[in-house]
Amino acid sequence: MGTTFSPVIKMERPGTGISPTITPLPGSSLLAVHEVLSSALEDIARDHPELVVLNADTAKSCGVDKFFRAHPEHAVQMGVAEQNMVLVSAGLWTAGRIPVVTTFAAFACLRVCEQVRTSIAYPGANVKILASHAGISPGEDGVTHQCIEDLGIMRTIPNMVVVAPADAPSAVALLRQAVEHTGPVYLRYARPKTPVLYADGAPLKLGKAEILRVGTDIAFIACGPLVATALRAAEVLEQDGLSCCVVDVHTIKPLDAETICKVASLAGAVVTAEDHNIIGGLGSAVAETLAEHCPVPMGRVGVRDTFAESGRYELLLDKYGMSVERLCDTARAVFRRKR
Amino acid sequence: MTSTVFPARTALHEKHDAGLIDSLRRRALEIRIHVVKMVHTARSGHYGGSMSIADLLAVLYFHEMSIDPANPQWQGRDRLVLSKGHAAPALYAALALRGFFPVERLATLRRIDSILQGHPDMRKTPGVDYTTGSLGHGLGVAVGMALGSKLNRQGFRVYAIVGDGEMQEGSIWEAAMAAPRFGLDNLTVIVDYNGLQVEGRVDEIMPIEPIVSKWAAFGWEVREIDGHSVPEILEALDWAKQLRGKPGLIVAHTIKGKGVSFMENQVNWHKGSLDDATFPRALEELEAQFTLGR
Repeated sequence: MGTTFSPVIKMERPGTGISPTITPLPGSSLLAVHEVLSSALEDIARDHPELVVLNADTAKSCGVDKFFRAHPEHAVQMGVAEQNMVLVSAGLWTAGRIPVVTTFAAFACLRVCEQVRTSIAYPGANVKILASHAGISPGEDGVTHQCIEDLGIMRTIPNMVVVAPADAPSAVALLRQAVEHTGPVYLRYARPKTPVLYADGAPLKLGKAEILRVGTDIAFIACGPLVATALRAAEVLEQDGLSCCVVDVHTIKPLDAETICKVASLAGAVVTAEDHNIIGGLGSAVAETLAEHCPVPMGRVGVRDTFAESGRYELLLDKYGMSVERLCDTARAVFRRKR
Repeated sequence: MTSTVFPARTALHEKHDAGLIDSLRRRALEIRIHVVKMVHTARSGHYGGSMSIADLLAVLYFHEMSIDPANPQWQGRDRLVLSKGHAAPALYAALALRGFFPVERLATLRRIDSILQGHPDMRKTPGVDYTTGSLGHGLGVAVGMALGSKLNRQGFRVYAIVGDGEMQEGSIWEAAMAAPRFGLDNLTVIVDYNGLQVEGRVDEIMPIEPIVSKWAAFGWEVREIDGHSVPEILEALDWAKQLRGKPGLIVAHTIKGKGVSFMENQVNWHKGSLDDATFPRALEELEAQFTLGR
């Protein structure tokens, strides 16, 4: 995902009342969440000694291997037994720990769905589910290891906070806030390197969408690695004379309806973008909110209710409809529907 | 095989005094009477599996566990996870009798706005240590509790009651593999082996035998007892506390519906309902056991 874009000048569009909340980096450097996760957990454990990280034989792939080696007192290896990992995390919570469960999204959401709903979310266990390999990002591993269903499933579970950070620095910031939030959190991240949009220590807030770019014709509302794609698409469209908002909705639930409605009202047209099935995820959440509060023409970019296949992530994103070009095409089509 | 199978049954009565045994038997009867009243009042709930664990709960809550009804969230308390959560009526009766909440509340079982849900809810019922009811979950949670006790050096013990039919769940075996791995000698698991599940006999639907050698092979110390014998329950719980480096599994042979003649060993009394004729009969039978002994 070698997409780049020039920094946006932080300024309020005249008369809009909206300005970028954070100015994104150029997106020219690439970083994967798993590369920074161990040190992030180390920092968090320093402030929260009750942290305990569980893993199901995927420590290296998830990026917690260094943490496991350095802090065995904060780490429990559960073997290839995800159901038990989730249940054990529930028990650890009752002993006053803050468990962080780590494995691939396909297992963290689908294999253990009922354990998560009934034994984590229902009692409100203070357990954090850290799901790697989200969306079609596991690429070459294919459909068995991809997961385009998790946002939809997790956000229908009461008590669950659902997070899909755009890049590694925001994943680190939001993970800390997830640990400091009392109650269950599901946080998903992509396996490969993706463009870095946020500086370390950027002031993101769980539950608060970030406006990265302001525009008056179209609003891109995105999450995960598709935020960078949306910023690139905004650049392209700007050259065509279409002015675009880009919003990073890293917290899918609770959804920042206020910011979403604000940019939707300003732009009058919305395109959502996510590495997820277009059914049930961010696009659905935004559609529900807009339909209730401020209906505008809208399009959804994501996997179009199909299973993908093996292949390089960038190529899969193109083939399965999540390229810059597809975002631009969708935006133009939605723009034409504006009255 | 290192497991103790068919323990010697000598001198049980010498070890625990007769007064204690008698009082625990009476508690078990009180639990059964409340189960019958509660489930009949609710017109909904599980008789069979509640009646089969009454003696186990009486010993656990009135003798074995270190708990404080005035402080149900006390971090240092022993915990019990009722993995077979459908036996909630028996658990609620034990908790109420032990003083966690007023006995009068038992009449609200399964009613709207009640603290007593159809299956145990730790957020609603004082004394319930974990929310259960989905079979296969509780044992893993108990493993996590016992692991937490070890990691935090808190020293509390964890008890789990697992159904025999529940053992057909795959997650039970994930937990069975994990507990010995972590050397959880602070975990005692009791199997309520009444031989019946919702739709019939366990050994016909999906056999779990040979249960003793299976669990021993997974790294557990195992022993079998009569799950309705208070002295045997007392002795087995003592045995489990002596274990070092390994968790203990107590296979408690029980009778589903124990205490009411027409419910005993009847698969249709997994749930079932009493009517105006059978309800007083059930109560009479149970009350008679206070004086007749068993």
